[in-house]
Amino acid sequence: MRWTPLKTKAAKNVGAMRRAFAPWSDPAAAPLICFVGVTKRFGAVTAVDELTLDIYEGEFFALLGPSGCGKTTLMRLLAGFETPDAGCVLLDGKDLAGVPPYARPVNMMFQSYALFPHLTAADNVAFGLRQERLSKTEIAGRVADMLRLVNLTGKERRKPHELSGGERQRVALARALAKRPKVLLLDEPLAALDKKLRAETEFELMALQQRLGTTFLVVTHDQEEAMTMADRIGVMDRGRVVQVAPPEEVYEQPSTRYVADFIGDVNLIEARVGKRKTLDSEIGVIRAAGTKAKAGVTVWLALRPEKMKISRARPTDAGNCVEGRVHDIAYLGDLSLYRVRLAGGRELKVTEANQSRRVKPPIGWDDKVFLSWALDAGVVLTR
Amino acid sequence: MATKSIGSRAVVLVPYLWLAFFFLVPFLIVVKISLSHDVVAQPPYRPLLDLATGWDGVRAFLSELDFANYALVLTDAFYIESYLQSLWIAAVSTALLLLVGYPVAYAIARAPANWRPLLVLLVILPFWTSFLIRVYAWIGILSREGYLNQALMGLGLISEPLEILATNKAVYLGIVYTYLPFMVLPLYAVLEKLDETLLETAADLGATPIRAFWQVTFPLSLPGVVAGSLLCFIPAVGEFVIPDLLGGSETLMIGKTLWTEFAVNRSWTVSSAVAVLLLTVLVAPILFYQRQQARAIEGSR
Repeated sequence: MRWTPLKTKAAKNVGAMRRAFAPWSDPAAAPLICFVGVTKRFGAVTAVDELTLDIYEGEFFALLGPSGCGKTTLMRLLAGFETPDAGCVLLDGKDLAGVPPYARPVNMMFQSYALFPHLTAADNVAFGLRQERLSKTEIAGRVADMLRLVNLTGKERRKPHELSGGERQRVALARALAKRPKVLLLDEPLAALDKKLRAETEFELMALQQRLGTTFLVVTHDQEEAMTMADRIGVMDRGRVVQVAPPEEVYEQPSTRYVADFIGDVNLIEARVGKRKTLDSEIGVIRAAGTKAKAGVTVWLALRPEKMKISRARPTDAGNCVEGRVHDIAYLGDLSLYRVRLAGGRELKVTEANQSRRVKPPIGWDDKVFLSWALDAGVVLTR
Repeated sequence: MATKSIGSRAVVLVPYLWLAFFFLVPFLIVVKISLSHDVVAQPPYRPLLDLATGWDGVRAFLSELDFANYALVLTDAFYIESYLQSLWIAAVSTALLLLVGYPVAYAIARAPANWRPLLVLLVILPFWTSFLIRVYAWIGILSREGYLNQALMGLGLISEPLEILATNKAVYLGIVYTYLPFMVLPLYAVLEKLDETLLETAADLGATPIRAFWQVTFPLSLPGVVAGSLLCFIPAVGEFVIPDLLGGSETLMIGKTLWTEFAVNRSWTVSSAVAVLLLTVLVAPILFYQRQQARAIEGSR
């Protein structure tokens, strides 16, 4: 996978504002949403398994996982479309059990957008406000505000089938935000958009969230989306949350092999801890900083492809170095991916940024190369 | 290529030829009879076109045609009353059908997916018995000594038998009973396709189930409501068997009037005029139906 952070001005500003925001590390902060030991089964399938998770006010939280990991079910439990078999969901400290979807102060943007086909864009946005029996002038004002917020002024009278995919997405967003919910739930919000539009919309969503201060809970299977937008990511696997952390931490300090493998590309090297904290691995004896496991325990070294160096000459001062032959090269433009086969048959993936405009690559197929990495380049995982 | 295009044109022509021979030509014959005069003869109307006499014969034939029968039908309160009562009975029946059919269609559309084919089959099942027999069966149920009165009296709910048969009540009942599938099926087709996430969205945006029904489900099912209503209303206006068997002397439906005119009074010409006028009355809802269908097709694109 390639995750290229887009360095636009908007992104930097948002990032600067975000850096200071970390209520999860403040023990005095009370979470806005609490899932407490929530279990949800569909027949024999356990979609959500004794899951506990806290989400704080103003957070942009992403639930990330492959399809079928229970992330959408978790969202639907919060929206009230499903009821937990065990455990409870708290919002603002209040148990939501028995509160029907129409009485919950959360709004959802569905993956299919689910715009009402018989209503215009403006009437779609007004739908939720009409349920509150607000005055006509107030509704008209709020609808105009929302449509301006999502840049749809002038398209008020269009029906959904007269709008483009991106416009429909924004109507759905405006409709979900019109009621000023405490939490906005977004189910795969960008899945139906093409790649360019998706990247733009990611930043629009972030800016919008900053401006409104609403808590956003987004469900996605797209790690790039989650890493770009979220303050924290909850990585889900088979109904459980396996790691909750900011994007950098999830990427650099994955808690398990599953997380390391799901987010980004990784070489997982199985090893047994030796007497002097060396790693007796399938590619030879290597060393890694921060090996806490006892001697004799099986661990895995998670080594990202970009954390290694590839060279034709043997490096002199590397923490670890192995020798192999280039088995395959993928030129990806911004970087090149090498698959290097080691003596034992094991293949490692290495990437290198293409910093100069060399037409002929310095390393070719079947070249003998050395892979080297620092002692702290990888993470030692015990699970 | 050329032979293929002729072949494909011929295929398109087939339904038009069918309509021309089995609808347009008979209809023109009826129109012609409606412009003729009754005589005691075989066939019982004049003029008859005799092509052997040439152009003069055609002119003489045309000069004998007039609108006298239409004048009679449109000025006689009896016929006007028949038309109005037919429209009224058909309208009330359609409203009743909608009231009964909508919940049935809704319930089928909401049933578990593997039940739906069976439930739809049950709706169509009555068609497997002759329509006439089913209407006759209602006579057995609704008559003074029928099952309904016996049951109600047996239960002690009434002391005197209800007079239902030979009243308009029995006609309404008969129409609602026999036309129900025509109402349920188009409604079901629309309701079954309704995206359930729309209802979840409505709930999410604060609509209670009842409000979600009226603001989302019902408006989106309108094409089905229109289709079902017209499929019931149009044939119900011209219904003959049900008013004849279940209705009484007070029931003046145009189908019955037409039959009386034709079979009892042996006036082919007046009955033809009644038929042509009936068609004219029904053209308006038929055109409306077609426009709705065209719009539904456009909207779904």
